[in-house]
Amino acid sequence: MRSEVQRVAPWNRPSLGGRVAAWAGLAFMHFPVFVIVLYAFTTEDRTYQFPPPGLTLHWFADAAAREDIWAALRLSLGVASMATLLSLALGTLAALGLARQTFPGRDALTVLFVLPIALPGILTGIALLSAIKLAGLDPSFWTIVAGHATFCIVIVYNNVVARLRRLPASWMEASADLGAGRLQTFRLIVLPQLASALLAGGMLAFALSFDEIIVTLFTAGHQQTLPIWFYGELFRPRNRPITNVVAVAVIAITVIPIVLAYYLTRRDEESG
Amino acid sequence: MRALQPLGDRLCRRDGRALTITTAIEFRAVTRSFGATRAVNGVSLSIAAGEFFSVLGPSGSGKTTCLRLIAGFDLPDAGEVLLAGRDVSSVPPHDRDVNTVFQDYALFPHMNVLSNVAYGLKVRGVVPSEREQRAREALAMVKLKEFGERWPAQLSGGQKQRVALARALVNRPKVLLLDEPLGALDLKLREEMQIELKSLQRTLGITFVYVTHDQGEALSMSDRVAVLDRGRIEQLAAPRVLYEQPATAFVARFVGSSNVIGGELARRLTGSAQAFAVRAERIVALAANAALPAGHVECQGELLDVQYHGASSRWQVQCEGLVIAAEPRDAEAAQVGSKVRLAWPHSAMVRLAADAA
Amino acid sequence: MNATALGGLLYRHPKLNLFLLLLPPLLWFGTVYLGSLLALLLQSFYAIDEFTALIVRTPTLATYVQLFSQPANLDIVQRTVTMAVCVTIACALIAWPIAHYMASHARGRVKALFYVAVMLPMWTSYLVKVYAWRLILAKQGIVFWICEHLGLGRALEALLSTPGIGGPSLASSYLGMFIVFVYMWLPFMILPLAAALERVPASLLQAAADLGARPGQILRQIVLPLALPGIAAGSVFTFSLTLGDYIIPNVVGAPGYFIGMMVYQQQGTAGNIPLAAAFSVVPIVLIAVYLALARRAGAFDAL
Repeated sequence: MRSEVQRVAPWNRPSLGGRVAAWAGLAFMHFPVFVIVLYAFTTEDRTYQFPPPGLTLHWFADAAAREDIWAALRLSLGVASMATLLSLALGTLAALGLARQTFPGRDALTVLFVLPIALPGILTGIALLSAIKLAGLDPSFWTIVAGHATFCIVIVYNNVVARLRRLPASWMEASADLGAGRLQTFRLIVLPQLASALLAGGMLAFALSFDEIIVTLFTAGHQQTLPIWFYGELFRPRNRPITNVVAVAVIAITVIPIVLAYYLTRRDEESG
Repeated sequence: MRALQPLGDRLCRRDGRALTITTAIEFRAVTRSFGATRAVNGVSLSIAAGEFFSVLGPSGSGKTTCLRLIAGFDLPDAGEVLLAGRDVSSVPPHDRDVNTVFQDYALFPHMNVLSNVAYGLKVRGVVPSEREQRAREALAMVKLKEFGERWPAQLSGGQKQRVALARALVNRPKVLLLDEPLGALDLKLREEMQIELKSLQRTLGITFVYVTHDQGEALSMSDRVAVLDRGRIEQLAAPRVLYEQPATAFVARFVGSSNVIGGELARRLTGSAQAFAVRAERIVALAANAALPAGHVECQGELLDVQYHGASSRWQVQCEGLVIAAEPRDAEAAQVGSKVRLAWPHSAMVRLAADAA
Repeated sequence: MNATALGGLLYRHPKLNLFLLLLPPLLWFGTVYLGSLLALLLQSFYAIDEFTALIVRTPTLATYVQLFSQPANLDIVQRTVTMAVCVTIACALIAWPIAHYMASHARGRVKALFYVAVMLPMWTSYLVKVYAWRLILAKQGIVFWICEHLGLGRALEALLSTPGIGGPSLASSYLGMFIVFVYMWLPFMILPLAAALERVPASLLQAAADLGARPGQILRQIVLPLALPGIAAGSVFTFSLTLGDYIIPNVVGAPGYFIGMMVYQQQGTAGNIPLAAAFSVVPIVLIAVYLALARRAGAFDAL
């Protein structure tokens, strides 16, 4: 570290205050998660007393015995899987169409795909709910999936389009030149190159869908995904550490795909 | 044996045997524009089967576009492209009997060398055993027999080049297109590859269409060369004709290095103001008192610069308002700034077409 | 039409190929998303019959009139916008040292660590983070404990009794909400800002120093103006996300209503979809205006 600082030019050296502020900011961004983990072990179950009066593991066992938690978890996993598959298909198609060609209205289309994430979630939620009601449907598994897929598409799209743009056009021309038809070129040349982008996009979409609450509250009707269960628990005064246990589980489930996706994208950029 | 059908007097047949000449590629008034620029502007040409044909020109001249039109990656806006007499405007690249060696080689990084070479066979449904055998033969042909199991990332530029070549040739196409294939190689390797390519073409007998901006390459390898500038053909001829009888000032300057002399000096020497070209190496330096040899013309001027090249020196001489480059052999060492006399024979002067040079 | 003929057709008409590719996602978006969004906004032009509590489907501006004429409603809008602006400013101030360090000073492994460390909270579960803050801000929670031990207990109480900032407890006060909002959107401000700072070529800074500028001047006159598009881009997120959020005001909120909560309530228990729709239009318009302003500041180049 010291040698790195010495190589930095004198006008560019960070002040001590600057460095402290940076690390302090980073710590600020991370300490709440540690708090959550800590409170999963506390013996006090009614208040959020600090410091915790005692530490125990029995909440983990209690949580594992709760059938409603497992049901919610299963639903969340199911919805996330379906939404990921749908958004992978649609996002890839959109990326293939928009990656290289320019045509009037292309920018408008890009904005359109970003809208579900750019506009407040409550708008998407209510819009979908009123559409569901207008169509005479009932909120169900598929309405939840539809809502999630709509903004997961842009996640997949971003990843795939970035990868596609780094793909030299000459490779696909070479493949056609050697006799491969459109589908063959896609299957043999493009798809293997897209694999890491699809994986990264898919994992991010999965994490996003798994964690989604804002839109899901509208499209779920009486069903409980894990976040919905969680939201309900927020206002309940008892058994708080169980909520913490579930929080710890959620963190574990979503952090892993995200870190993996990040490293996949980084490795892709470095080698590509 | 059918009688020989001449394609003009410019096709150079090296072995003198009677051949039936078929047209492999034909352009009929082909135009291709990108936005407001006409990359290819009304080009018509005819390439014979078995010919080593080069398209020569500076960057932006439209030569790569011509190649892409043959391969099928671009469609002409006007005119027709015919392959073996057939209009191919509705034939996609994968159905054309043409293979390309790309400038950046375009080797597929997720396949090893053997799989790369066998790719064209695989997508056409050739059985694996035959695929592998033919791929290995192709690799042997480019002298990379041991490289089948390597990966593209492990290859040097020259090796990648040859793998790209093998990959294209294994499909036994009627036409091979090469897009500035030797540009990224160093000088020695380039010269080696030029010899190899030429001998490969002669052995296989297929039509090569070779795009380059290097006139030395084009001249040394080709049967005929088309010189392109800003989308138009300036001249299409055998290398010797291009060099000794350039048709326009552009060709004169681009192929070899000619002096293009027009204006007052041309009027004094030839009686008309129409520009003519004269090669630097045809110019001799006269001693101060020497007589003007018969059939020569002369001009005098100040020596601006001398570059020593061993066997000859390259002079830059200011002569009546023009700077003339000369490579006089056995000239006495002259001082920069001194007065010199330059002379050249009438036969060295080539009248140029009046063009928009 | 057999395969080769189709292939030839697609070859001659690349636009057709494009159209076929884009058709499925466009169909989806057109019907599921755009369709429902337009259906919602359309409802804002209906009104609810006061007696039957049913939606009267005749176009009218009555709902909008109701929205803008009642002072309570205007209060809601003003409160939300004020919070969004404050959160944006605070995020920019806190993000600056982190982003600056990350982009300009950190090297190698430290830099990579910073990037991952900033990204992780962004992707951690939204609800978990909100919940965590509820814990932290709770009546006997960490913040309370720290304040007590630092002798700031009195100050905290005074803060909480200030109208407009405080509330019954830290976990249900505007101050608490403010802290949570800032925490949640901080990564969204840091990343575009760091990206913009990374794009400032070192040669510019060297040229400035060569011409005699001191580090402080370089920072203010060269780096800051060039980083502005990054700040603008980040602010788009912090502003619009705060404007539309309804969960955080619910969980960590003071009694006063925010736009998001209002929308949620109107379409839920009150069954007044037209009013909910009208309330939804407000953030859309505000965000559109903000986007236009941010675009002028160069935000779109920094995204």
